Amino acid sequence: MTTISAPAPVPTRRVSPLVGIRHTMTLAWRSLVQIKHNPMELLDLSIQPLMFVLLFTYVFGGAIADSPTDYLRFMLPGIMVQNALFATMTTGFGLNTDLTKGVFDRLRSLPIARWAPLAGRILADTVKQAWSIALLLGIGMVLGFRIGTGPLGVLGAFALLLAFSLAAAWISVLVGVLVSEPDKVQIFGFMVIFPLTFTSNVFVPTESMPGWLQAWVKVNPVSTLADALRGLLVSGPESGPIVTSLLWGLGIAVVFAPLAVRAVMRRV
Amino acid sequence: MSYAIRAEGLVRRFGETTALAGVDLGVRAGTVFGLLGPNGAGKTTAVRVLATLLRPDAGTATVAGYDVFRQAHQVRQVIGLTGQYASVDETLTGTENLLLIGRLLGYSRGDARARARQLLAEFHLSDAADRAAKTYSGGMRRRLDLAASLVGRPRVLFLDEPTTGLDPRSRTELWGIVRDLVGSGVTVLLTTQYLEEADQLADEIAVIDHGRVIAQGTSEELKAKVGGQALVVRPADPGDLAMVVGVLREVAGAEPELNQHTATVPVSGGDVLPAVVRRLEDADVTIAELALRGASLDEVFLSLTGHRAEDGTELAEVPA
Repeated sequence: MTTISAPAPVPTRRVSPLVGIRHTMTLAWRSLVQIKHNPMELLDLSIQPLMFVLLFTYVFGGAIADSPTDYLRFMLPGIMVQNALFATMTTGFGLNTDLTKGVFDRLRSLPIARWAPLAGRILADTVKQAWSIALLLGIGMVLGFRIGTGPLGVLGAFALLLAFSLAAAWISVLVGVLVSEPDKVQIFGFMVIFPLTFTSNVFVPTESMPGWLQAWVKVNPVSTLADALRGLLVSGPESGPIVTSLLWGLGIAVVFAPLAVRAVMRRV
Repeated sequence: MSYAIRAEGLVRRFGETTALAGVDLGVRAGTVFGLLGPNGAGKTTAVRVLATLLRPDAGTATVAGYDVFRQAHQVRQVIGLTGQYASVDETLTGTENLLLIGRLLGYSRGDARARARQLLAEFHLSDAADRAAKTYSGGMRRRLDLAASLVGRPRVLFLDEPTTGLDPRSRTELWGIVRDLVGSGVTVLLTTQYLEEADQLADEIAVIDHGRVIAQGTSEELKAKVGGQALVVRPADPGDLAMVVGVLREVAGAEPELNQHTATVPVSGGDVLPAVVRRLEDADVTIAELALRGASLDEVFLSLTGHRAEDGTELAEVPA
């Protein structure tokens, strides 16, 4: 019997970054092609924010602001932030599903870049994120939201929100690795994101809250991000909230990316 | 002799639990190697280490001549992994699952599609090719799983409990596929808790319990190791059973086991049988049945581990 250690073709020694990017694209395709079979998934992503927009605009709008349309103009940028944060949970949910179902093991047994499975998922989720921002903005405009800036402002709003979501996705990855089943990722999302986004200036003006709460609302990154988006979409960009939002994103990434990566390494 | 898989002194702990307590394995190229043991014996951990998914705390291993740790990337190019914990994406169709693997392995779109079609046909999944895998039956899903691990034409295949949870027909079908694969030169490492499966498929078996290999050899060797044979006697008249037991005890020098109308006693030498026949004849006992049979793998397992292998029937009812 000939020795089996001299095979043909000769296996390569490592994955080049370029090939790794191709793996990432293939794995992103894998996450997105599901939408083809289950188009409802696109609506799943957006149904909650749509309900929020409709309910808040027409139920609370008249009471909080002068008219539902006025309220919509105030609230929509903030709802976009809330929606983006909820959408980051899909990353952890999908990752946990892969881990518990064994798909992650199969991928890791293949000669692909070690970072590609995670990168592919995050890339696909960023595409879904962009879709749901666009959908929300579109619906808002149908209901009476008006962009007061221009295409650059809208582009800036997209870029800022996507950048912040990418940073927040690391929290989702960490949760996705630590919990035992996918549903727990969503429970975490509700428990943290609901209070976080409601104790902000997204739905009501800060001044209407008690003083102790105002102190928190003013430093809540959700408020800062909502302010930045209001500027980019309605009243003209303001560098203060934009820079602060980016710094928040950077801070979150710096803290949670290493924790998440370490947790992934440990779990597998 | 060339080994497709070698492992020496593999140790792996998870907190307080020691999953592998120093495992040595040698799997000859082109053979089926069965890793046999009950739940929690360390089988899956061993496979995960050899398939580069898990780093051991100590020990070395090579697959197809490549070091599992230092040359993990090379190892991944020659292995396929199927089983309990390596699975397909349920939301994708059969075709898409195989396309995904093909593309990740660097096939062109056309080649990946052709390979997917070919494997789906081979595994009788063509009709279900465009259905989401979550609609597949347990047997179909295992076949797709196996197909997915074969896209890259691996030379070494790890099958981690490939038939757990399958009905007998799907199990037999999968056995056939594994035999075909070995016929085409693939080396297979198979873990199982079914003694019958190891007996049917494996050229060589390692019995693993509490993270240790406690016996290794062909199934014949293992059976022989346990002392080989048992003498079974059934008198025509059940009333003679007490007499039979007495004779067996005296001649074989061991306490016979009673089972309804038969008495069974382990025997080693070849002279026991004629002696028993003579003594029973002298005592005027008419014998309805007298048989010398080899130990079953079940008995091997029992005598090696001190406990029976887990009964698979309960698992078989769990939908895969």
